[in-house]
Amino acid sequence: MIGQTVWTAVKVALALGFGMNMAGLLAWLERKQSAISQDRIGANRAAILGVSAWGLFNQIADALKGLTKENWVPPQGRPRLHALAPAISLGFSLFCLSALPFGGVVHVAGRLWSLQPLESSFGLPLVLCFLSLGVHGVVMAGYASGSNYGLLGGLRAAAQMISYEVCLAVSLAGCAFIYGTLDLQQAVLWQGRLLGGWLPAWGIVVQPAAFLLFLAAGAAVTKRAPFDVPEGESEIVGYFVEYSGMKFLMFLITDFIESIVIAGLIVTLFLGGWQIPWVTLTGALGGVLMLAAFSAKLLLVLLLLMQIRWTLPRFRFDQVLDLGWKNILPLAMLNFIVTVWGVLLWRLR
Amino acid sequence: MAATVATVRRPERTLATRIYLIEVFRGLVVTTRHLLVNLYRHARRALGLGGPAGAVTIQYPEDPARLGARARTRHRLLKRDDGSPRCTACLLCETICPARCIRITAEDSPVEVVEKRAKTFQIDLGLCVFCGYCAEACPVDAIHMDANKVELSTYTRADLIWDMAELMDDKPKRPSLPSLHP
Repeated sequence: MIGQTVWTAVKVALALGFGMNMAGLLAWLERKQSAISQDRIGANRAAILGVSAWGLFNQIADALKGLTKENWVPPQGRPRLHALAPAISLGFSLFCLSALPFGGVVHVAGRLWSLQPLESSFGLPLVLCFLSLGVHGVVMAGYASGSNYGLLGGLRAAAQMISYEVCLAVSLAGCAFIYGTLDLQQAVLWQGRLLGGWLPAWGIVVQPAAFLLFLAAGAAVTKRAPFDVPEGESEIVGYFVEYSGMKFLMFLITDFIESIVIAGLIVTLFLGGWQIPWVTLTGALGGVLMLAAFSAKLLLVLLLLMQIRWTLPRFRFDQVLDLGWKNILPLAMLNFIVTVWGVLLWRLR
Repeated sequence: MAATVATVRRPERTLATRIYLIEVFRGLVVTTRHLLVNLYRHARRALGLGGPAGAVTIQYPEDPARLGARARTRHRLLKRDDGSPRCTACLLCETICPARCIRITAEDSPVEVVEKRAKTFQIDLGLCVFCGYCAEACPVDAIHMDANKVELSTYTRADLIWDMAELMDDKPKRPSLPSLHP
């Protein structure tokens, strides 16, 4: 029992460490990928002993700068809430990471090791709930700043995030119905089967429309371009306008962590999770391969999300809400109804 | 010469563009093509195989700045054959200067052929807009503007004021030092 608790704690700590380091890596990836796509070089000046490692050290320099800057709270603001807001935003999104199945269950040294940090039979709603709790941090940030611009940015963010949470859940309803479970691990195991003996039954094969809808809704929930109306750094100001230093960076990291969570959900529910098609993974080597497969798929989805972010211009706010309520939500509901009837007719066959 | 008018057809909003998904995909193709082509070029150059550069960036302090061949930059006062300044202190440049950055004080010239000469001649490059009117206005071709001498930055505003000797390159412009009391 104690051993189980320790193992879970270790797994959760590893997942959080994975998330934080991945966020730093994503900051580097965002700079470099955007720069190379736009025929630029990108940040490359920070160097240790003359070695700049393609700008990797810029992230360390940014973190040091963030940590050493003045901790400034606007005089009309509310200091405690001002400090709490980024912590809530980051904390809830980090928690989501620990519910993702990074790997399956492997049999090593005479006992079973589950590579999912938090095993739960209702993992999917858990992740979605904690993802939407992050909106409290955003609104709190706008409110605690004591600035009208910040408050309006927070309200924009709340309207957008809540709208797209609905789309997010409804677009996944079809998947959950086909897999017959809300347990993320079980959903991955379901995708291990082969259709017609050769095609892996990944979510993207059995629910292609849901994949596209979830991708769009997921990009909106992470508040990144083309859905970055809440911050809109180039012309309108967002909810963290009164933030500086590490507290500002925490909001930035939150966006990256949310991207990782969304990408993790896409991998888990649509790309077969940690499975490698046509290969059965067992033992210690299997465990390592599971983690590697999950990470590789995660990285590919993140690259796609990043490329979308640097391709599309920002939507207007009314376009954002129109897209969510008038297009994605009805289509997701239609997808669910079609799925339900399809499964029913298949069973009655 | 008759003007040629090109009629550009505005892109129409068809069903395909309104669905937007196809357009998103086309946009992704463009950016991804740039990404892959530039990555390939960077890799070729990193391996020493040469080829076109993967980026248009000029890494300025290491690589020289690329300006137009006739970019107007710092001023230069020209000299006669005997080394004395050509300026006759007519004040035309000071008059035409839209930024009012030129200050000249005149004195009697010891030479018979000219009446006056400049006693002091100062240009405040912090005010100058580099329009080149001074060089155009000068009746005796005493002031020119150098091309591509852009590294003129200083730590204080006072250091941006160049005097006559510095403008004639008789005395090198002294390097500016960081000041704790600007």
